[in-house]
Formats: sequence, C-alpha cells, structure tokens
Amino acid sequence: MERKIIYLDNAQSTRLDDRVLEAMKPYFFEYYGLPTTEVGHSLGVKLREDIYMARKKIAESINAETEELIFTSGATEANNIAIQGFLRANPEKRHVITSPIEHSSVLALLKLMEKNGLVELSIVNVDEKGRVDLDHLNELIRKDTALVSIQHANQEIGTIQNIEEIGKICHDNGVVFHTDAAQSFLKVPIDVKRMNIDMMSITAHKIHGPKGIGALYIRKDIDVLPLIEGPFAEFGKRPGTENVPAIIGFAKAVEIWDWNDVERMKEMRDYLIKHLLEIEDSQLNGAKGDQRLCNNVNISFKYIEGEAALLHLDFRGIIVTTGSACFSRTLEPSYIILALGKKHEDAHGSIRFSLSKYNTMDELPYVVESVKDVVTRLREISPIAKDGEEDV
Amino acid sequence: MMKYSQKVIEHFMNPRNVGELPDADVKATEGSMACGDMVTLWLKVNPKTLVIEKITFKSYGCASNIATCSVLTEMVKGKTLEEAKKITFKQLVDELEGLPLIKFHCAVLAVDTLKSAIRLYEEQHGLVKELVVDEHLIRSRLRRVLHPNWGKDIITLRMVKGFKLKDGVIELDLVFKKDDPFKDHVLEELDEKLGHLPGYKLKLNIREADKLVNLRLEQERLQNE
Repeated sequence: MERKIIYLDNAQSTRLDDRVLEAMKPYFFEYYGLPTTEVGHSLGVKLREDIYMARKKIAESINAETEELIFTSGATEANNIAIQGFLRANPEKRHVITSPIEHSSVLALLKLMEKNGLVELSIVNVDEKGRVDLDHLNELIRKDTALVSIQHANQEIGTIQNIEEIGKICHDNGVVFHTDAAQSFLKVPIDVKRMNIDMMSITAHKIHGPKGIGALYIRKDIDVLPLIEGPFAEFGKRPGTENVPAIIGFAKAVEIWDWNDVERMKEMRDYLIKHLLEIEDSQLNGAKGDQRLCNNVNISFKYIEGEAALLHLDFRGIIVTTGSACFSRTLEPSYIILALGKKHEDAHGSIRFSLSKYNTMDELPYVVESVKDVVTRLREISPIAKDGEEDV
Repeated sequence: MMKYSQKVIEHFMNPRNVGELPDADVKATEGSMACGDMVTLWLKVNPKTLVIEKITFKSYGCASNIATCSVLTEMVKGKTLEEAKKITFKQLVDELEGLPLIKFHCAVLAVDTLKSAIRLYEEQHGLVKELVVDEHLIRSRLRRVLHPNWGKDIITLRMVKGFKLKDGVIELDLVFKKDDPFKDHVLEELDEKLGHLPGYKLKLNIREADKLVNLRLEQERLQNE
C-alpha cells in the first residue's frame, strides 16, 4: 500500500528542489570538466566563470565579497577549517570560547583539541531557552582569546542567538568571531558585515540543495591554513577537485529561495506548537517567536520515551527525531536538552519536528492527532504516568 | 530507526499483558526514569503450586523495552517460580528473534525485574533464606552487566581484571578501552547491580587501556563455540 510520508526531519536534511537538479544536470553530462585558469581550454574557462557566478550569488546572499567564500564538503568541514585552520594560521593565541549546545563538529572538535593540549577552552553559559549569556561571554574573554565560535541557530531546539551582539563583544575585545549558520542560512536574513561575523559556515542540503557541498565565509583579512594538502583550489584554503555540479546546485538553491516560504513555515510551526502543547504535561524546548527558527518545533512529553514514540509515528508515515538516549549511538541523552538545565527524562521524551517548504498546513492536523494518540498510548503503558501511583 | 525483528515490532505495536494487575501478590520495579528505561511487573502466584498464573507489565522505555516485557510475560505465564527464575536474558533475546546488540540491556532489565518480583514474593512468603553475598552472587550479577557495544557481559569481555570481597567491601578492578563512550553507562549498571547490597560497599579501581586485546576476536571465538 502506497502511503504518503510526512517528512518532518528537515533540520537534518531536505528534499532537493527539482529546479536544482535541472541546473546541475548539464554539469554531469556536458560540462564535466574542471575549471582552469583564464588561459585554459574553452570548457575550463566556462566552468571557471560558472563557478565564479555561483560563488558570487551565494556571497551576495550574505553580503560578502565573492572572494570571501570558499566551498567545502559541508558545514562540518567548514567548521573544522574555521577552527583548526584559523588556529594553525594564528598560533600565538590559544584560548577559545564556545557554547555547550554547538554541533559536534564544533563542540566535540574543541573538546578533543583541549584534551590534546592544543587549545584552552571555555564554555559560555546558556539560559533555559539556550540563549548565550552575553555578560558571561564578556567575562570569559581574555587577552589570549583567539576565537569565539557560537552557532547562529540551534539544530535541535531552534533557538536563534543574538549574533550581532556576540560579534560586537568579540570585536570590542579584538577577538575573531566564527558562527555555524548551517541551520539559519536563508531562514534568518544574514548580513555578515552588519552582524559582525568574521567566519561563517553554511550548507546546501538544508535549503533543498544537494548534499556534499557547503561553504565557509572568511573575511578577507583573516588567515586560515588548509587542513589537507593537495592541488591549489579555493584560494589555497581547501585543496581538491571542485564539486562542480554541487556548487552549481548550491547557487541555484540560493537563487530560487523564496522568503515567503519562511513566513509559511512560521505559521506551520506555530500551529504545531499551539496544538501539541494542548497535550498535558508537555513543554516546549527552546525560545519562542522571533528567537526561534521558522521550521523548528521541539517538545518534551513527560512519562514517555522518544524512541518508542518515533517508531509509532514512523508506522503512521510521520518522520521525526528524538533526543532520547535510546535513540543515540552511545545511549546518552541529548546534551543540548541537558545543557538547558533540564532533566534526563525531558531529553528522553523530547521530539523534534522540523518543517520545510514542502510541508503543508493540511498535513498538520493528522500529525497533531497522531502525536496525541501515540503519547496517550505510551502513557497508558508507562509505569510513571501521572495517574499511576508509581513512586519514582 | 533501529533494525528490529518482525516479532519485536509486532509485540511493540500490540503489547500483551499490559497494565496493573488488581489481584497481584507482588509487584516489582527496576530501572529509572533518568536512565530512560523502567519496568514494573505484577505477578499472581498460586500459593500451593507456586505457578505464576498471571503476569502483567508497564514499561517506560524504547520499543525494544516494551517488546521484551511483552514477550517475557508470555514466556513466564504458567511457569513455576523455580522455572521462571532460570529464564536468562539470552533466552529472551532468542524468543524475540534477536535484538540489536545495543538493546540487549532491555532484555536484562526485563529479566532482572522478574527476578526481583520472584525474590520479593519468596521473601513475603517465607520461602527464602538470607541473601548470601558471595563470589557466586557477585559473579552472577556481573554477568548481567552488559557492554552495549558488543551486547556481552563484562566478564565475557574480560573487563573485570580482579575481584576481592572483604570486610563488607566488594572491590573490583576494571579495565575500559580508552575513551569508551559507554563507560558511564556500564558504571551505572554496575552500581545498580552491586552498589546497593545491604551491608556492602562497592569499590571500583578503574584503569584505561589503549586497546582491549583482541576484543573482537574474542567475541567471534565465543560466537563460534
């Protein structure tokens, strides 16, 4: 039986837009060479120009200069270059500040570097909504602080940071500021100049572009060293063969982005939040309104465990994810929910619903009904449901 | 989603014997909310034949937790207490047509809860002598502390390097692989199984090794046996 899937895991990855695929196709079958210098063969010169135009388009979308953007395999690599590549190029300062709710490509990397004695790491406090404590950030900055790396928006709870202010604090203290904008790129307007951003990681596959392509914005007066050695590419900062079709697809995804979809996602987000919070003993994780990503809903349902809920929803054609330990590779609950000062069981019972332009309002009543039903079912068999007398 | 067997999925979607048992003789709960899995079992036992006539459960946990409890209640019903005591987590896993290794601890939890319930019944009905804390008891409990990476207990995995029982102290020498992501999980399980024996303290000497010698080979060897 063919069943329609309601895909609500768009914070992880999104469906490719058909127009993106169409734009990419010629670069597999007709223009399958690689860019050359301006004196190369005609195909190489054409590709050089096409990549320049793609780079320009993406750079303009964040108000950067074309030469300030290097292509990477995605945001994970961009984060790694921003942190490791920058610290290698600037070895005189060793102190780095980050937040406890970063993506693992920032947080796990920095913790490993700290363990190996490569950096001294400070973690800035966040409040119960995941917002960085700006006063604490100010206190943490030292004379030898090289870099602050704080994400623009959170992947799990959707909280948007006050990047402009964080960047200002960094600049007032002469510290370089990197932000991971994998989740927020094209969901929140970004102007790297106005928002005091020195380096920024973005990715294509969360905005209906292809997987395997991302970019790092590096302000032109900032040095980074490449992490791998190889042929000159990306201004010497990222050697290797250019992923030409993906670069073209990335630019196409940016070009066709419609900000009206963001408004539509906000409506869907607010509908889900409103109706899912009608379920007793549920709470929203993360901030509300303008401090929340347009496509993120994350709710903890007490007395249930997320993996079981996820599986039930999957059988009903609804794809979501959870912060439960049972769902993680290491049996650890979501470090992000815990960093908000919440309990283990809040993490176990958390479910993330993340929207895209391909979701529609008519899908949502079914989602709400299904979640209500699944939560009720699981609570009926839970020894710690409210009406049970079980001591905890 | 985890790769679950058809039987696990079937029991997860339609769990048997769910809910409180109003005329239960005994009820036991194991696990905790913080760990993310918790099981309560209710048993109705025939006092003459010592046959478990009814058994029900409630579960806070993942799909495999719910399914293991459901299957366990089917396995146990109609068995005597002595027969039920002999059910191992491995038998339960087999009955479920397998579980992902990382989920073996769900089967251990279900079996442990059953053992607790039976023990409680025996205590309440004068069927039991004092709990003897000896090498045998400790070994049998260590056999139920699994490392989620391999779904095998820490004795089989040779992570227990030494053992002393003296003056109310259970002292264990343990070795973990360096940066083992499951270390805290294993320590929690150990504390649950051996950290609360009345009159006994648990002392752990933990060291880390760059690698555990031939752990995977050892596992394969055991599987081939």
